[in-house]
Amino acid sequence: MIELTINGLPVTVEKGTTVLEAAQFLGFPIPTLCHMEGLTPYGACRLCVVEIGEGERAKLVTSCTYPAEPGLKVRTASSRVVRARKIIIELLLASCPQSKEIQDLASAHEVKQQRFRQEYEDCILCGRCVRMCEEQMMAKAIGFSGRGETRRIGTPFDKKSEACRTCGGCVYVCPACSLRCTYNEPEKAICGGCANLSPPCLDKEQFDDMMCFMSPCVACEIKR
Amino acid sequence: MGEAGHTGDLCSSCTVTSRCLLPRPEGGVWHCPEYRSIEFCCAERETWTMTDIGRIVEKHKGERGELISILEEIQAKYTYLPEEALRTVAEKTGRSLVDIYGVATFYRFFSLKPRGRHLLTCCVGTACHVRGAPRVVRELERQLSTPAGETTADRAFTLETQNCLGGCALGPIVVADGHYFSSVDPSKVAEIVSKTREGLDRVDVAHDRRIFPLEVSCSRCNRSLMDPDYPIDERPSIRVTISFGDKHGWLRLSALYGSYEIASEYEIPAETVANFFCPHCHAALEGAGDCVDCGSPMVPFIVRGGGIVQICSKRGCRAHMLDLSDVNEPASTA
Repeated sequence: MIELTINGLPVTVEKGTTVLEAAQFLGFPIPTLCHMEGLTPYGACRLCVVEIGEGERAKLVTSCTYPAEPGLKVRTASSRVVRARKIIIELLLASCPQSKEIQDLASAHEVKQQRFRQEYEDCILCGRCVRMCEEQMMAKAIGFSGRGETRRIGTPFDKKSEACRTCGGCVYVCPACSLRCTYNEPEKAICGGCANLSPPCLDKEQFDDMMCFMSPCVACEIKR
Repeated sequence: MGEAGHTGDLCSSCTVTSRCLLPRPEGGVWHCPEYRSIEFCCAERETWTMTDIGRIVEKHKGERGELISILEEIQAKYTYLPEEALRTVAEKTGRSLVDIYGVATFYRFFSLKPRGRHLLTCCVGTACHVRGAPRVVRELERQLSTPAGETTADRAFTLETQNCLGGCALGPIVVADGHYFSSVDPSKVAEIVSKTREGLDRVDVAHDRRIFPLEVSCSRCNRSLMDPDYPIDERPSIRVTISFGDKHGWLRLSALYGSYEIASEYEIPAETVANFFCPHCHAALEGAGDCVDCGSPMVPFIVRGGGIVQICSKRGCRAHMLDLSDVNEPASTA
């Protein structure tokens, strides 16, 4: 067992527990985005940052990937942590403002504006879908490709993957496209998003009674 | 080499016979030099690919980081990573295609598109950038009339950019077919392009001071192997007899130390290890140890004036060793 203190409260957890799990056990709220129960911690979105250590050696770490250490002193809502989180939310808003999950985060943390160049990305590269596909669906149909600016998620060679069973798990866990069908960017206002989701939409054409898991979907309604 | 006579063995799938002027053997079949880039010239490629890639995968099995070694070797063979090759690698290594595709797209070094015969890479890292690499890239794009990252229409050149080649003090750096040019400015681009077009591996016999002629003789009968009737590089060549497979015939080597020009009665396929014999006493030219690069036996010759020169017996291996004795004797003993 490992003893550590979170926001001054001592807590004893089992070896291998992450700081995030320990904080959640005590009831301290830590916002997360790329983290998902059942998937391996990834540390991509940096939203779950907490401050560890003291004085000059204090530093920010992602609590979802940081294992609990004996004697560790964690602050989950110091001014430094809050400032960092707000900037991260602003950056997420700058790249993907249409995501309901990010909008909710912004309102919960009282982020009312973002000061960066506005983009309308479909993806924030949180890797939830990639881990879902690999770890829960055992398919490994999608993955990251490229690097830096050109990093993106997709199937190899952008062709329909033989490993994909069109389970829809990737879409189900996606924080960015959960609101795809009600895009709020003017020129994409009427979906456009669904056009990318060929597997479920294609299947629906064959089976009239089949319900898309994104139903009701504006694009499908219009087609009808 | 490459004269008529080989055309009969050309891969029959290629209909572009006009391009097949310089066939070269690969996988036992003669192909035009561009066959990799021409889709319809590759009917034979598929079966060949499978066995070939199987061999490459087998070679690196169990190595740390085997995947990168495998991809590097495939790229060395094909100049790029063909899709079916990656699929075969996935099948043979048991890795998922997604992982392999991720690695192949992560590194700039790997290309999923066919490349041209020559590869020009301009460094556009920070140091090269401030020293004017963007102007060099623009000049390269203008002279080759192709944007960076693309291949020219005649498939002669591929122009690529790299983010740092590590020679920041020498920037801007341009790498042409593995040859590095430092402190490049737009005015030097034309020279680099034309040199690359001619072939950078060709040795400039007239001006390169590292090149000098040798006169050699058989290590057993000591008779001269020089053949004035068959000049190579405008000098008498070295005549030996070689055998490989069921072929047995003459081979003439350039007498210039540093030139790799040869002529041969039979075309020697790449990677073939040949046995060398003296044309006079028919003794095997052997007993010189193994090549430090590839492990094939070295072939010794006696150098006139004292000393031994050794060359590797494997076709394509350029290892050689020159050990001159007596030449500088007075100087060293003095």
